Amino acid sequence: MLSSLPIDNGINEISIHEAKATDPEVMRAFYQRLFPFRYLCHWLSHHPTPTKDFGFREFAFTLPNDAYLRYQSFPSADLLKKQCVQLVPSRFEIGPVYSSNPRDRKTLRKSTMFKPVSKELVFDIDMTDYDPIRTCCSGAKICSKCWQFITMAVKVVDVALKDDFGFKHVLWVYSGRRGAHAWVCDRRARELDDHRRRAIAGYLELLKGGDKSGKKVNARRPLHPHLDRSLRVLRDHFQADVLINQDPWETDEKAADLLQLIPDKPLADALRQKWDSAPGRSSSNKWADIDSLASSGVSKNLDTKALLEAKQDIVLEYTYPRLDAEVSKKLNHLLKSPFCVHPGTGRVCVPIDVRALEDFDPFAVPTVLDLLAEIDQWHKDHPEGETEAQKKMPDWEKTTLKPYVEYFRGFVAGLLKEEKIVKREREEDAMEF
Amino acid sequence: MIRSDYNRPEIKKRATVDPKKRQFAPALFQNQEYAHRLNFYGLPPTANVTLEEFEEWAITRLKVLSELETCTFRNKNAEETLAYMTPILEKHLPLHSNSSRSSQLQAERRRDHYSHFILRLAFSSTEDLRRRFSRLETMLFRLRYRQDDDNRRERSEFINSLDFSWEIVDDKERAELGEQLKAATGSVFKKGDEEGYFKVDFEKVPELVEQRRCMLRRGMAYVPMREQMSLVVAEYTARLDRALDMTARELPRIDEDDRLSPILAHLSHSFTAPSASYDESNLPSSLHPTAANIDQLATHFPLCMSHLHTTLRTNAHLKHYGRLQYTLFLKGLGLSLDECVLFWRRSFRLMTDDKFTKEYKYNIRHAYGDVGGDANRRGRGYSPYSCQKLITEPLPGAGQSHGCPYRTFNVENLVSLLNAGGISDKEVVRGVREDVGKMRYHVACNRVFEHVHRKEIKDVKDKGTWGAAELDTLLHPNTYFKRSFMLKHLGDEDVQAEMKREKEGPMKREIESNGNEW
Repeated sequence: MLSSLPIDNGINEISIHEAKATDPEVMRAFYQRLFPFRYLCHWLSHHPTPTKDFGFREFAFTLPNDAYLRYQSFPSADLLKKQCVQLVPSRFEIGPVYSSNPRDRKTLRKSTMFKPVSKELVFDIDMTDYDPIRTCCSGAKICSKCWQFITMAVKVVDVALKDDFGFKHVLWVYSGRRGAHAWVCDRRARELDDHRRRAIAGYLELLKGGDKSGKKVNARRPLHPHLDRSLRVLRDHFQADVLINQDPWETDEKAADLLQLIPDKPLADALRQKWDSAPGRSSSNKWADIDSLASSGVSKNLDTKALLEAKQDIVLEYTYPRLDAEVSKKLNHLLKSPFCVHPGTGRVCVPIDVRALEDFDPFAVPTVLDLLAEIDQWHKDHPEGETEAQKKMPDWEKTTLKPYVEYFRGFVAGLLKEEKIVKREREEDAMEF
Repeated sequence: MIRSDYNRPEIKKRATVDPKKRQFAPALFQNQEYAHRLNFYGLPPTANVTLEEFEEWAITRLKVLSELETCTFRNKNAEETLAYMTPILEKHLPLHSNSSRSSQLQAERRRDHYSHFILRLAFSSTEDLRRRFSRLETMLFRLRYRQDDDNRRERSEFINSLDFSWEIVDDKERAELGEQLKAATGSVFKKGDEEGYFKVDFEKVPELVEQRRCMLRRGMAYVPMREQMSLVVAEYTARLDRALDMTARELPRIDEDDRLSPILAHLSHSFTAPSASYDESNLPSSLHPTAANIDQLATHFPLCMSHLHTTLRTNAHLKHYGRLQYTLFLKGLGLSLDECVLFWRRSFRLMTDDKFTKEYKYNIRHAYGDVGGDANRRGRGYSPYSCQKLITEPLPGAGQSHGCPYRTFNVENLVSLLNAGGISDKEVVRGVREDVGKMRYHVACNRVFEHVHRKEIKDVKDKGTWGAAELDTLLHPNTYFKRSFMLKHLGDEDVQAEMKREKEGPMKREIESNGNEW
């Protein structure tokens, strides 16, 4: 209903082409017309009408002047929307459900009565953690080559969450620039305490040690089923996305990193010699050289098993997900809400459909300005003769945000069904008199 | 996993006294029978003890617990702890198995049972004490559980008496999972291990999940029988934590008992942690740390901090935990907040003022207790990290450089870092390799310290100006700095004065230092 309210938006007064994504007017129009507050509320309420899970939930706003406003809470989606329209936050984050209303936390007699109770189990994968191994970009930049790292990570983590932990409702969200978030929404996941969250993060974390710790993967053999499965998933990516696209050992300096990971000293020395005498070999060649030199017998007592295991470890080091584990370990960690706009890129943090993960292109994600222009375009294409149905059409349906909102709606519906409350799909018409 | 509440007596055994009469009925004191060596401490003691026994039993148990705690501070592993603790336990808190046929069996167990409950009373008053008590009691339980490794039959009798209900994985499912199950749980069965697996919700075995030592399938964890310990111990902790919370709530009722409350208060006071903390009030006054002279002072920094310092200088940036660790260290040096902010501002030379103010300044101020909640401000921020903290925190991830380098670096990188710092004495490097191999990181650090300052240490030892206490093992990066600084400035008057003050006792120092708090 929200979106069909008559709105006097300011967007028509400014030219979209000159506007910046972070302009308060642009953001205001976005919250007013496009942001799917309704489904967000269903998602957090676990019910078609707002419940305590929504009302006692912490929201934190980042205002245009970069002030950070914590412990906001709202009885309904409408009031959250109203606040967003009023304050035009550049983004807002979602925290845990507390034992009492976050707004009243200072009026409680005892501070122990205010504590976090539940929150989705969340994961954050950020491209910066891949900087030591990616060669195409660094820092905030990404390209389609290095986006593959995120694709691999999502695959591995998603299957582990579903097959190993038995979670069903895992929502993946593009973080707007260079990463992805996961929200595990099953009741069982929401009620985990810090200790168990840490255990799950530990289960999924493989790379240990800082920059100077040398070999970062030291997996136990035989490989744990989770690692074994991950390795099978990642092996193909390693060939195509790492060796060919990233060419991680192109320079001598980087190749030294590889040599350091090879357990057999004579073999490493032979490889170094070979690469020094024939500079400019690609990473694929270098990777193949390991086996060819090993079989040519440069090292007399070569432990082939150890070499194979080291090679597996190297594949994992260059492909295995690098999680920002701190985010997952705490029940009260805040995470940016889906469908927010990334202030740097203007892109909307849309959900990623893992069934079509390979097709997801971060550069095709619409920016807030694109979307507003699309609404205008739609109105140009449908002058005057709007049918009743068209008039009631929410604005997001007129834009390329549509598939993302529909996916989210489907996801939320699945979650609500699981919560044993069958949502009665009401006809929009039945509500209007 | 638990079928019924363990505290609840069975219906048949409940007292059948009329509730109206019950509160005036004479209390039924009776001695409990202890069938098992281990105890989950579900039922409180019901018999009489003398006040002397009350105090003495509590003190001996306390002794055991604090010895156990020192083991963690010294970073001993499970085997070393077991070896160290066995004679201590035998002396203070012996507990024999049924098969030992000792005549003291019941008395020992009673003593164990009672002393546990007395300490529960003493340590339930604050969250801090509760957490510490529960951690140490869990360690003690785990230790005793392991002692029973040669006595599996009695142990399984005890476990069966606890009424756990775990589902045994049947042969069909085992065959179906086959190799995966073996791969997940690591090594093959040792001889004498109880074979088989059971499955429980993964929430029940967080430790095994975290270390990937069990197989997971649709939310169920498949655990080999020999990992029972982890489950039993987790259950023990959970019950103890719950019980401690209950005790805390009941505590006010015994406040008026003037026989017990002084004893209890005394017990909890003497349960203070051995001082791994660092007192920043007594720095030599010739030390004037400012943003400008940190580079010079850095020669006195322990490896963890000098590594952060060099990283900061090379990258003009440090990640969050590195900043936090370093900021707190600088704070402990006596660097004022303004100077500290200035130091970071200059160090992040590639950053705009705007970004610095927005994203970094707040955290520095928070660490100093300048902003944040009331508790943070009152406590004047966080205290500088001790070696204990640095050695036990999670390892740094990619791009991070905090922590103790003796632990986070691999040995080759560590040695080259030491060499770069001018430490290439073969004997020292060999010692460091050995220490690091045995995970005794602070020993390695102390070794390096003694090598670097060997001349000065010999000097003060010869002259007798420094006693053994001043040359004790270093357990805090800031102590490292302070001692290094003082050793290199032995001639300065104020360092001498400081040494003198140190000998006169802490009282006077406290009074003096109150004037110049930052």
